[in-house]
Amino acid sequence: MRVFDFDKEVRFMSLRWPALVFSTLLILGSIVSLAVNQLNWGLDFTGGTVIEVGYQQPAKLAQVRQQLDEVGFGDAVVQNFGSSEDVLIRLAPREGVKSETLGDQVMAALRASGEQVDMRRIEFVGPQVGEELTEQGGLAMLVALICILMYVAMRFEWRFGLGSVAALAHDVIITLGLFSVLQLEFDLTVLAAVLAVIGYSLNDTIVVMDRIRENFRKLRKGEPEEIINISLTQTMSRTIITSGTTLLVLLALFFKGGALIHGFATALLFGIFIGTYSSIYIASAVAMMLGISKEDLMPTEVEKEGADQDPLP
Amino acid sequence: MLNKYPMWKYLMVVLVIAVCALYASPNLYGEDYAVQISAGRNAEVDTRLFEQVKTDLQAAGIDIKSISLEESHLLVRLRNGDDQLVVREKLEASLGNDYVVALNLAPATPDWLESLGASPMKLGLDLRGGVHFLMEVDMKAAINRSIEQMEDDFRNSLREEKLRYRRVEQKSDRVDVQFRDQETLDQAINFLEKNNPGLLFKDEGELTMSAVLSEQRLKEIREYALKQNITIMRNRVNQLGVAEPVIQRQGSDRIVVQLPGIQDTARAKEILNATATLQFRMVDLDHDVRDAVEGRVPPGSQLLMDRKGQPQLLDKRIMLTGDHIVDASSSFDEYGRPQVNIKLDSEGGNKMSHGTKDNIGKPMATVFIEYKPTNEKDKDGKIVFEKHEEVINVATIQARLGNSFRITGIDSPAEAQNLSLLLRAGALVAPISIVEERTVGPSLGQENIELGMQAIFWGLMLILAFMPIYYRKFGLVANAALLANLVMIVGVMSMIPGATLTLPGMAGIVLTVGMAVDANVLIFERIREELRDGRSPQQAIHHGYDSALSTIADANITTLIAALILFAVGTGPVKGFSITLAIGILTSMFTAIVGTRALVNSVWGGKRLNNLSI
Repeated sequence: MRVFDFDKEVRFMSLRWPALVFSTLLILGSIVSLAVNQLNWGLDFTGGTVIEVGYQQPAKLAQVRQQLDEVGFGDAVVQNFGSSEDVLIRLAPREGVKSETLGDQVMAALRASGEQVDMRRIEFVGPQVGEELTEQGGLAMLVALICILMYVAMRFEWRFGLGSVAALAHDVIITLGLFSVLQLEFDLTVLAAVLAVIGYSLNDTIVVMDRIRENFRKLRKGEPEEIINISLTQTMSRTIITSGTTLLVLLALFFKGGALIHGFATALLFGIFIGTYSSIYIASAVAMMLGISKEDLMPTEVEKEGADQDPLP
Repeated sequence: MLNKYPMWKYLMVVLVIAVCALYASPNLYGEDYAVQISAGRNAEVDTRLFEQVKTDLQAAGIDIKSISLEESHLLVRLRNGDDQLVVREKLEASLGNDYVVALNLAPATPDWLESLGASPMKLGLDLRGGVHFLMEVDMKAAINRSIEQMEDDFRNSLREEKLRYRRVEQKSDRVDVQFRDQETLDQAINFLEKNNPGLLFKDEGELTMSAVLSEQRLKEIREYALKQNITIMRNRVNQLGVAEPVIQRQGSDRIVVQLPGIQDTARAKEILNATATLQFRMVDLDHDVRDAVEGRVPPGSQLLMDRKGQPQLLDKRIMLTGDHIVDASSSFDEYGRPQVNIKLDSEGGNKMSHGTKDNIGKPMATVFIEYKPTNEKDKDGKIVFEKHEEVINVATIQARLGNSFRITGIDSPAEAQNLSLLLRAGALVAPISIVEERTVGPSLGQENIELGMQAIFWGLMLILAFMPIYYRKFGLVANAALLANLVMIVGVMSMIPGATLTLPGMAGIVLTVGMAVDANVLIFERIREELRDGRSPQQAIHHGYDSALSTIADANITTLIAALILFAVGTGPVKGFSITLAIGILTSMFTAIVGTRALVNSVWGGKRLNNLSI
């Protein structure tokens, strides 16, 4: 069976300017939102206490709030989590109180009325631990981008390296932007998902670039634009199938994986779309605009000094 | 273009998958409800205990599956979960305080598999339920203590050496000493430098010298404080009766404590924060121990048991408390006999010197005092702690003791080490506080496993259904590779001792399932292209695999880079994700390239074909 039959090349690159404008707008929007709304940092990064409790019947949130207010936790954020029986209570780090005992105090307050409350989880993160994580997370992202840039530049060509890193930065910024606009909670698992998006998007980019390189070497004639278009067309079928299968499993994860994994699945679902788009319109387009040409990609067959170095741009 | 593999390649593929399947198989057997018995400080797990437990349980009429003597504990496997609590209560009553009885789930791996070293995957706390604490040692306090002690030390030793000073004072991280003249200052620096190798001295002018701790010494102090705290945590966690606790250092000043299966975190925290102290007291020789045992304890004395269960009559007066101990270590004396070296701070040294000068030749006892939690609670709901005193050592005073002395006449090196541990535990150099806590209830853990399994199941089903529709028979080949890949991930996860399956880890498996087919998609699309270009089926297969290879390798290596970085910086669940992702990438490369090729070759290779079912 073949669903996608592209006999003629699709002229992807003719749309590169509109795509670039579109991406720039998305990135600007994301940056503005990240600056204004910021991210809805999760417990892992802010520190504080999160308590998840389960009731036998749908929980009355107002009652829970009142119970907490009575023992001095008026500032607690109370919301349903996953189902109507589950309640998530969030407490900011506070001065003076020994924060490691907060969870136990809250449980005692909720149980005071004699109702059966099931402790599902308590998480407490000290403020300095959160700060360190934020630093480490940012560092991880940066190190990942640099390592990848080096690998791609070594295996392919510096223009491809820059193109793929530009695509990755694009994906990361816009995914973060989405989390900022929708104010979805950004915790450690979402950070892991963003790094997985980097992995996926890169996978896609490499496949496309590999084909571009091959075609530059194989096809005698043709402008770079044409060759890139041919390569994109040839890989289109694979791109659609792979993102399709990945989307399928992510949908399974989103709908069956439970509330704890929602943020993770959301980030990846969105990331797959943006990653597929960026490998075409960011990675390839950037490499093309940087002036990639046939000569840059010819294999270096003779081993002599300087032969393995790129000609100066 | 025959597309035949040599026989060894087929065998290798089969062998690799078979080995992984073998090591993955313990995960199918589930777990037995079990009770684990480990020894307290004064007891040993041996065959005698084995027999006792066996007879006790037989007498109680409980149907057990097996009892086995493991390395450091006794494991009783039960037929059903209801027996667990009953057995624990029975054994706690019959074995007394010397043993710790904990509930556990033991993998029901058959013996023949276990003898191959196969065991099921380790589950993270988010799947098993339990508590994770991250504790931070207050290094400032540890260092401050050393500086205070330095100040003390200088005063005493300069006085003893008759080097007159004007004043000694602590200034944040250093100690300043002012003298009356330059000559004394120089002499003092000379003298102190000789006696304090871990300190850096400097003439600050104005007849003042300063002393700071050297980098090396600071490092030693931090290391010591951390190790001491880890030792203490181990001791306390043992009392909690938790099966398979994890206590490890993290970074330079933190300790991770993981207690699987613990529900009552309040209790756990109180026990971890409990205190232990130490006392040196003289043995009462004026009265008869036997009288005391019979109930006639003299008013100024106290009857305590030593570690062998022998009664000891001690003077009630405390000569010295454990908080004066600066360091305790075990070593050997000049005759190769084990001994324990103890260092006291200067105040402690004075007290010791004062207390021992008239008691040379008499026995001195070391008492270890711990506050052990009981199962009772007082009216405020606080756990009642029971004071537990024990004589850990009795030694004869050979000479007037100062701030550094040793205890000899110890039976074995292990005993000496144990004693030095206890001495250190009685003198906490740095307080500890909880900086992170994650508790997962058992219901949530179970639910997380089910949700994760469901996600994997549905993800897999969708892919398995899709591939044959789109790639026909080659789709079935990809499906076989996918299933083999899943088996390999589980097998490798079970083989690697440090790999833990977490909820994000399960998400990683789901993601791998979706992305693993990518390699096959690349290959199949290539084969289709080759066919369209008019190549023969055998040529198309050959070229399809060949030209897709470097693409697949590049694409996967870059994802692997991302996974490795995630592993390096991530903790807990995120680490779990990166492990499954990395393993999944490696195994999927094997199954999708080598595995499917073997299958394709054995089905289509070596014969003339007119068309391919792709």
